Amino acid sequence: MGARAVSALVAAVLLLPVGAGLLGVILPAMGYLPALGHEGLTLAPLQAVFDWPGLWPSLWLSVKVGVLSTLLALMATFAITAAVQDSALHHRVLRLTAPLLAIPHAAAALGLAFLLTPSGWVARALAPLAGFDRPPDWLSVNDPGGWALIAGLVAKEVPFLLLMTLAALPQIGATQRLTTARALGYGRMTGWFKAVLPALHARIRLPVLAVLAYGLSVVDMALILGPSLPPTMAVQITLWMNAPDLSLRLEASALAVLHLGVVAGVLALWVGAEGALARPLRAWAAGGGRGRGADGALRGIALGAGAALAGALVLGALALALWSVARAWRFPALLPQGYGTATWAAQAPRLFDAALTTLAIALGVTALALALALAAFQAAERRGLPARLGAAVWLPLLVPQVAFVPGLATLSLIAGLEPGMGIVALGHLVFVLPYVMLVLAGPWNGWDRRAGLSGAALGAGPMRIFWALRLPMLSRALAAAAAVGFATSVAQYLPTLMLGAGRVVTLTTEAVALASGMNRRVIGVWALAQMVAPWVAFALALTVPGLIWRNRRGV
Amino acid sequence: MIRPFPLAAALALGLSTMAQASPPQQALDLSDWPAIEQAARGQTVYWNAWGGDTRINAFIDWVGQELEARHGVRLEHVRLAATSDAVARVVAERAAGQDTGGAVDVIWINGANFISMKEAGLLFGPFAENLPNWPLVDSLGNPAVLTDFTVPVEGYGAPWAMFQMVFEHDSARTPEPPRSLAALRAWIAENPGRFTYPQPPDFLGTSFLKQALYGVLDDPSVLQGPADAVDYAAVTKPLWDFLDEIHPNLWRAGRAFPANEPALSALLADGEVEIAFTFNPGRASAAIADGELPETVRSFVFDGGTIGNSSFLSIPYNAANLEGALVLANLILDPAVQARAQDPAILGFQTVLGMHLLAPPDRARFEALDLGVATLAPGQMGPALLEPHPDWMTLIAEDWARRYGVAQ
Repeated sequence: MGARAVSALVAAVLLLPVGAGLLGVILPAMGYLPALGHEGLTLAPLQAVFDWPGLWPSLWLSVKVGVLSTLLALMATFAITAAVQDSALHHRVLRLTAPLLAIPHAAAALGLAFLLTPSGWVARALAPLAGFDRPPDWLSVNDPGGWALIAGLVAKEVPFLLLMTLAALPQIGATQRLTTARALGYGRMTGWFKAVLPALHARIRLPVLAVLAYGLSVVDMALILGPSLPPTMAVQITLWMNAPDLSLRLEASALAVLHLGVVAGVLALWVGAEGALARPLRAWAAGGGRGRGADGALRGIALGAGAALAGALVLGALALALWSVARAWRFPALLPQGYGTATWAAQAPRLFDAALTTLAIALGVTALALALALAAFQAAERRGLPARLGAAVWLPLLVPQVAFVPGLATLSLIAGLEPGMGIVALGHLVFVLPYVMLVLAGPWNGWDRRAGLSGAALGAGPMRIFWALRLPMLSRALAAAAAVGFATSVAQYLPTLMLGAGRVVTLTTEAVALASGMNRRVIGVWALAQMVAPWVAFALALTVPGLIWRNRRGV
Repeated sequence: MIRPFPLAAALALGLSTMAQASPPQQALDLSDWPAIEQAARGQTVYWNAWGGDTRINAFIDWVGQELEARHGVRLEHVRLAATSDAVARVVAERAAGQDTGGAVDVIWINGANFISMKEAGLLFGPFAENLPNWPLVDSLGNPAVLTDFTVPVEGYGAPWAMFQMVFEHDSARTPEPPRSLAALRAWIAENPGRFTYPQPPDFLGTSFLKQALYGVLDDPSVLQGPADAVDYAAVTKPLWDFLDEIHPNLWRAGRAFPANEPALSALLADGEVEIAFTFNPGRASAAIADGELPETVRSFVFDGGTIGNSSFLSIPYNAANLEGALVLANLILDPAVQARAQDPAILGFQTVLGMHLLAPPDRARFEALDLGVATLAPGQMGPALLEPHPDWMTLIAEDWARRYGVAQ
């Protein structure tokens, strides 16, 4: 396939569905939804949104949650990386991020909710001390300020950012940078921030923006941990989109268009703030302060924060595992009062089928996404261009799913595609491909070209350089991309449900349907299965590069 | 490369050619039931129903086995997080012009979803009164099977279960529960933080508001007509006064509300609230049997009665497996299936069949049921109050969002 054809194919895979889906939002936002008998073009839906008293609180809440969670997650990631890079902890952290990253957002939120809720583990642990015989009336989850949601997002995004950061470190010669800084007398933390971060920042910029967009648009975690008076904009869109009163779909669409503007605006402000901060930070970095005094304390805080975040996720997962085998488990008992495998036995047949479907789709989509991403990057390379991530890559990550996935389902019907695994896989590709490209682009562009030059000097053609040198040298990044792609596919709910017409049952469609039933035992079973599926992929992603690298050590 | 612009145009065109108000109906001779059963054989019926309750899921699996064994029709339960997901699917198919061969064959539906689909012409029918098992349905003694929220069903849905609001309390902590709205009002003041209701527009939460409206009105008969026939603000003022009074003493001081019925039930199981409520009178017994609720939980109703309604099976106008869908709707009205649904160990749903219309062996199936420790006997259920006109539900939910939807 020619270089242009590849780029066009990638653009089509990403742009067509989003474009069609967006059209399916923008038209109803202007009052055009013929299926329900709305045919006039009018500003009434937008007017209704502005009349909604919750609009401004909801908008402010969304921005606050998105920005604060991203900022906190980013600071934690930097601090943890600074604290562990090249130390004995480095590989342990790397090994821990993958399984934590694999915990689906909804499952992580359910686990955290059980820790924090007044009848949860924290309150149960305090009960003997405080003398609770029934749960205290605390407002700890669903708090109006959105702090429980922010905490949940931070816990869930730090592993992703850590994985991206750790994957980028070798590409920027981080070891030499830190060693040099320390040789010049800088403390570990200060030296890392002054010498490593400036080079690192450009490479994880796009993942950070993706995290920001995600934090502004998240639905499943916000439903479980977030406030409801009013909820975030993305949740309100979902509620209106799912309301029995079908005409609310017009308002949902109008709010989605507004939300799109908010996301774009916040992203622009974030990029602007980065630029504004560059000069003072450069001055600080060049200022010569060695920061030795506070260094030990800073490192301790960073490690403590990392341990707390990981601990919360692990305890949440553990709680779900216990619930899945619990009989009665009443407040304030710390452990279930009885155990049994009845829940697992009852769910086993369906669980097995759903797991097979999930794995088949995720493997196929991940392979396809990797191939497309590499083909697109290599095609750009042939034209002498670096891998670029244009608007096409960003759109699927920026537009809330609930806004354009129904439009996408309509498109697939117009195209005459039968609902089934194939069309679901194509739907997943729209979300998996951007993440795969996002994870790969930095390492791809950062690849040390001198290896290619040496190869060419030895007579290797472009394809041989690609297969024998570049791919193996990027194997860790490829593995990370595959793992993230796999996890993304496993976590898809709306595209699977709507494109599969409900007939394609995956671990996630089942888990989310059951989550609405709040039965912690059954949720425990499915959430665990949902976690284990990507773990398999992550375990592979971590071992495969090691195998490839065996005869290429030091390349 | 495929350019986006022609596609956008095609999509817009696709939408606009579908602009006529009422979609075409599939033709079928409902009087020739043997032919329908014959055509259904070998079909796979996709029943779209909420998938959040393992007991209901297990019951639907069992219905599937019966359907295959008796009629050679396979059943797939499409498990939804919300019924509106299936409505959205039919709307999308309608927008795409797919007027036959639709993916949704049967929807478990009632209330606002049913009314929306019926008014948009998205349902097949009328069919319910042509089903062979229809004569067993107690349509004279129980008018709730013919109207859904005062809107006539007109055969666009087959009723299959009756629901009536019952309250649940932990008798170990609250031995004497409040049996009227006034008593509940006083109980909440004495027990701050131990009562709440799902956040409107959730179905159960809005139902609680309607139940409260019945309790504060001198003449609840106005609720049977549209809200614009009366002075809405004056009629509902006592309701808002009541809510203003109780909110500071609700769970989380009314600054957060559970999302839906299962979330409320989980609060009861965790001991965060002392009183919960549900539309399934047999739910508490079944949940106790599963170890989900403490064994000391019991049910009660208000002395003046509680709101009741029915659930329906409806068939989208474009269902691909129309005959199979009809056979399923008929099977669900079979006395053996209805008796199983009423068994509290299975579901605890109330049957829509009239006991006097059944043959003695079928009647015996119902008489043999053990209602369970926490289920009220039929004589203890009290009167079932009629669902108000759908206007009220919509307006009250909107008003609620305006008054309490923004906490700050």
